[in-house]
Parts: sequence; C-alpha cells; structure tokens
Amino acid sequence: MAVTFSGGVHPPENKHISEGLEFENMSIPHLCYIALQQHIGAPAKSLVAVGDIVKEGQLVGEASGFISANVHASVPGKVVEIIEHPSVYGKQTTIVVEAEGEFQSNYLEKKPWLNSSASDILAKIKDYGIVGLGGAAFPTSVKLSPPSEKKIDVLIINGAECEPYLTVDDMLMRTFPSEILEGINITLKVLGIKKAIIGIEDNKSFAIKTLQKALNSMNLAENIEVKGVKTKYPQGAEKQLIDSLTGRKVPSRGLPMDIGVVVQNVGTVFSIYEAIVLDKPLYERYLTVSGEMINKPGNYKVKLGTKISDIIEECGGLKGDPAKVVIGGPMCGMSIHDMEIPVVKGTSGILFLSAKETNTGDYSPCIRCGRCVAACPVGVIPCDIANAVEANRVDLLEDMHIFDCIMCGSCSFSCPAGRPVSHFAKLGQQMLKK
Amino acid sequence: MSENNKSGLLRISNAPHIKTKDTVTSIMWTVVIALLPATIYSIWLFGLKAFIVIAAGILAAVFAETIFQKIMKQDITIKDGSAVLTGLLIAMNVPPTAPIWMVVLGSFFGVIIVKQLFGGLGFNVFNPALAARAFLMASWPVYMTTGWYKFSDSNVLSSTLVNSTNIPQKAFDALSSATPLGLLKEGPKILADYNLSLDSLNDILFSSTMLKSLFIGNVGGVIGETSVLFILLGGIFLIYKRIITWHIPVAYIGTVAVMMLFYYTVNGHSTPLVASLFHVLSAGLFLGAFFMATDMVTSPVTAKGMIIFGIGAGLLTFVIRIWGGYPEGVSYSILLMNAVTPLIDRYNKPKVFGTLKTSEQE
Repeated sequence: MAVTFSGGVHPPENKHISEGLEFENMSIPHLCYIALQQHIGAPAKSLVAVGDIVKEGQLVGEASGFISANVHASVPGKVVEIIEHPSVYGKQTTIVVEAEGEFQSNYLEKKPWLNSSASDILAKIKDYGIVGLGGAAFPTSVKLSPPSEKKIDVLIINGAECEPYLTVDDMLMRTFPSEILEGINITLKVLGIKKAIIGIEDNKSFAIKTLQKALNSMNLAENIEVKGVKTKYPQGAEKQLIDSLTGRKVPSRGLPMDIGVVVQNVGTVFSIYEAIVLDKPLYERYLTVSGEMINKPGNYKVKLGTKISDIIEECGGLKGDPAKVVIGGPMCGMSIHDMEIPVVKGTSGILFLSAKETNTGDYSPCIRCGRCVAACPVGVIPCDIANAVEANRVDLLEDMHIFDCIMCGSCSFSCPAGRPVSHFAKLGQQMLKK
Repeated sequence: MSENNKSGLLRISNAPHIKTKDTVTSIMWTVVIALLPATIYSIWLFGLKAFIVIAAGILAAVFAETIFQKIMKQDITIKDGSAVLTGLLIAMNVPPTAPIWMVVLGSFFGVIIVKQLFGGLGFNVFNPALAARAFLMASWPVYMTTGWYKFSDSNVLSSTLVNSTNIPQKAFDALSSATPLGLLKEGPKILADYNLSLDSLNDILFSSTMLKSLFIGNVGGVIGETSVLFILLGGIFLIYKRIITWHIPVAYIGTVAVMMLFYYTVNGHSTPLVASLFHVLSAGLFLGAFFMATDMVTSPVTAKGMIIFGIGAGLLTFVIRIWGGYPEGVSYSILLMNAVTPLIDRYNKPKVFGTLKTSEQE
C-alpha cells in the first residue's frame, strides 16, 4: 500500500483525455498580454513604455517588494499598449506586446552551475521570475530562503498532480526526468541540504519508473528518492504530501519550514533548471488543455500572455458551448467567463467542461450525512462551518478551526446535497478577516 | 446552442467544479431499494393485508408532505424519496394487521410533526418513522402490540407447546401469538395465569431452532422486522453502495450481543451465547441498526461519534429489554440517542491536522 494521509476523496480522474500526449508547442500569439501580476504578492512595476521594442525574455516588470516577482516578455516585439486587462487575479495592468522579429536564443547551451554560490543561484531564481508552478504561484526565491532559525533538512518535490484532468506534471516527469533531477540538485544546493523526496501519485507509474531510471543512471539515488503515494485527492496539497511522505505534520496554521521541509512542484524545479542551466527566464510554461468540450485536448508549451481565446483556436475550437471554463484543475481551479484572460505563470491547465462534467450549483439543506467530515483532510467539521456561515454566526467560526481549512474542496465534492461547503468556508474566512 | 448548455452562458462558481454523483435523492431511493427484499418477503408472509398497510403508509406520507408544502408555499420535495422512505418505515413498524387509519395517522405525524414542523429534511431532531412509532405505541398500544402473525405449526414453539400436554386453547393462543421477545417477558405471567408450569420456556426460546426461525423470518413481529436475513441483505447492500458506513450497525448490534452475553453468563444461564444471539436476532434490532439508527439527519457526523451512538443505543436496548417495561427497546433507544446526537457531535470533534489536542474548547 502506498503511503498516504487521512481523509480525502477520489474524484473521477479523467486524465485519459490528455494522458501520454506529447508536448506540442503552441503558436506564438500575435498579441501577447503580459500581466504584471502573475504571482501571489505585490504586482510588478512596468519597466517599458508604449512603443518600446522588447526582446523575448527581457525584463518588462520589476518585482516591487519582498513577496513579488519579475515579469519577462514572452515574445520579441513592440509594446503597443499598456492597459487594464482582466486576468485570474482581477483586472490589472497588462503590457500588450505585438510579436515581431526573431527569437534570438534557442536556450540549448548548458552553463555550469556547480561552482556558483547558493546566493548567486538564488538571486538568479529571483531575477528570472520563478514562482511556484503548481498553481499558487508563490515566489520561489522567497520559499527557498527560509529564516535562519528554521532548520531545513528535506526538500519535497511535488509530483502528485492529484487534480483530475491535469497531466502536465506527469508529462514533464516523463519527458524531462534528468532536467528535473538536475533542478532538484540545484534547489538542494540553494537550501544547503542533501535530501530530497519526489512524491508521485501511484496512478503515474510511468513517470515513477522514468524518474527512478534517470535517478539510477545519474547516480543520485543516495540523495534523491522517488516515492509513490496513494492516488487520492488532495495528495498534492503541501501539508498532506509532507504527511504522506515523512509522517511529519505541519502545525496548525504553520508552514512546512516549521518542521524542516520545503516543498517545490516538479514544474517549478524544471523552470529552476531552465533558469540556472539554460539561462532562461520564466516566460513560457507547459499546461494541459482538457475537458469534453475542446476538440484537441493535450499538453502544450505556451507563451505566458497567450489569451484563452487563442488557445481555443489553436486546439481546434470548441465542440459546443461549455458549461464552465476552468483555469487550473476542477477541484481548486477558477471558473472564468472571459476568454480574453491570458495564461499566467500559475496556469497549470485550462478545462472546457460540459454540463455533464461539471456541477450545476443547485443545492439543498445539509442532511448531516457526515461525508464532508470523512473527506476533510484537515479534520474540521465542514458542514458545521458551512451551516454557521449560512446562518451568519461568524462568532462560531474561529472555534471551528476555519483557518485550518486549506480550500481543497473535498467537502463540496462529496456533498450529496450539492452544498458549496468550501465556498462557505472561504466566505467565512473573509467575514472573519474583516 | 449545444444541447450541453442550452443557455450558452458560462457558469461561474467557486471551486470545486465537479461533484460526486450521489445526491440526496439517490441516497433516499437506494435505501428504499435496500428495504425491498424485506418488504416483499413480509408481503409474501403476511399477505395482502400487509401490502395494503405498506401502501397506505407510503401514500399517506407522500400526501402529508405535499399538503404541508402546498400550504406553506414551499417547493414540493416528494421526489427526493424521503417521504416515501418515512412512510415505508412507519408501515414496517406496525403489526401486519394494524388498522389502516392508524398507519395513515402515523405517517401524517411522522412527516408533518416530526419532520416538516422542524424545518423539513435535514432539520428534524428525531427519526420521523421512529417518532411516529412511539406516537402510535403511546396512543393505540393495543393495536400496536397485538395482531401478530401466529407461529405456524411447523414452528418449534407450537409443536413444543402441543407436546407439553393439557394446555387450554386460550393459553395456547396467548402464547403462540406473542412475539418471541414478548413471550420472553410475558410468557411466565401467561403461564401463571393458567396455573401452568413450563420450565422449559427459556429452553424453547433459547434454542438453535428458534434462532433459525428468527433469522429466516418465521416468527411474529411488526411487518419489517420479521426476517433478519433480508434486512441484513439490504444493510450489506447499503454499506457496499457506501450509503451508510459500518460504524453504527456494528457498534449497535455488537453492544447488544456483548451485553446480553455478559448478562446471561453472570446469571448462570446454561447457554449464554444462544440467549445472546436470540436477543440479537429478535424484534427489529437489525431493522433499527441498519435502517433507522443510520438515518443521517439524526445520527452523528463523525465515525467515532457513530460508534458512540451505536454503543449508546445498544446499552439502552439492553437495559430496556432486561429491566424495562417493554419487551423490546430498539425504537426508544434510537430515539433517545437521536436526542443526544448534537451533544455527541459537539464534544467529539476530530483532531484538527497539525494540532496536539482535539478541539473541544467551546
């Protein structure tokens, strides 16, 4: 039996739609919408003006604070507009680049890094705008520089990819095993530690085998370990994955570094590899396009700033009107209504879901069946929280440990009454913060 | 516009965007389906009369819900199967020869007073079917405790009684038309009334033949409790379909078994195991444990809470059967545990991830 955590649900995986489909390069968009906020934290400050000519990979937005990230041009061309444009983080300043001219670098030349210092590497990770690519888009350099009183002893690489539909991390591990391992080595050096564990859900046996093979041939097995974890949602949630792999429990309302752990997504270590070895800033990413309503689902390499509408066209158009369009996975992702929204660093997938695949939103009173309680990976009583929020009893929420909720959505998924339980929890958190 | 999405408009909502296929409606109807084997067996055993009682119970419950929701200008929710289930369970909790008007009243009471007046499905404190049974027991005890199916000639009890000579017809009728648990409680009294001595009454009840009769369903009792076999089949089906979990039935039946075994062993009974099994297989314990104690609305939400609920119901059933005034105690045990369910839920919270203690501070 593969290791795991307690609670959780097992939604239909639906990974078969795009599983094993080789990465394809999406065409360069004619207009590239480069949002200045593609990460958690403060938006970057624009460094360009309308009319400027930019190269691909050129810094166009500068991080503005400790938790912020640089933004780079994804295509060479001319800045035609700087506008307020919708994005997954709300309306924000967006640099519109009209693609023209040639890409100047093919990023094939490998640069040695073994002699670079940890702080040089960290500086480069920061300069090149690397953020967590699993979806949350937290600036990686911040995560890799824990305060000195926190002693880190293990790096966990998140290859769980527990979200249904998404296959991008799976394909990254299958396609670039040695690159990912080198990225892990670089990350270990930054942290000044020796041990890393890669956690992969056991439904991705091919990725597990591929990485294990690369590990053996690169003689890294002493420091890096590949571990299969049970296929169960939310296996890829940070705290749950740490629990599954090490048995350590992140304290309530604490962070992984409190128990000596740093977690990075496989996509993130791959982009660390690209930044350090190939000297390439983060301006494109791999993602999954899936769902019943898209004609050509698959795994694609996409320039950041490509609009969803461009992607629909590239993927052969829609089979009909989708009921929902979701950015990210179906459990944690965000449903959008505007196809002008561009791909950002945290966009791991775009799903075009039919009415049959998605939920309708109708719900009835709680029947106290306890399924959400069994499903909750953090051990709160989701139905009580939802009922309290519905009844406006904000005073009860703190004692119900509402801030321990990780918003995984397992409760809402499992609710036979269709209640948006995690939505109520989110609402409750916001009511309390006010 | 595609048939997938007739309005052509995109839906926007918070995550998650997928949900389980189970709905409240599918759960209710699955429970009804799980009760069908026992229902059909009862109709076969008790005949048309039982069928009419069952039909009346269901129709009355559905009618009561419709009327109430019409008057209160609410959406009619009879399609969710909850009223059908309540009506069916009420019918299964009355004797096969119960008067139709009584069953109808029971259904009205269960649906309107116990369920709808508290706010409808999800808000009721007590299991509507059991509360209705308690209401009928209090109001028409005679109709609720007589009119049992008579032990057939092939039954172990009848033949033994015939063999034990010189029993007046009246005493024979009184004995053979009691339920097994009724006989256990009232039997000695009936015998004393006729100045008879039948030392072996306990031996007859606590015999393997009796256990077989109880398991298959060849004994007196309310419509739904007769056959442990078919109730068990339905219960296993529900666990297999993940509609209910094992916690409440196993804790409940297990507690009754252990307590009875303990009691009869301490009292020096010759076959404590058989006596314990007699209680386990008797009088609706299985029906209660699998179909009524597991009622989601009125039982705890955590696995540990469900086990506490089951043990509590088991202890109460034991106490009522051994020392109480009623021959059996399943319905009152469950109703009492319904009442303490909010307390169980309040003081028994799961450990929150990453905390040292459970969170009982309130």
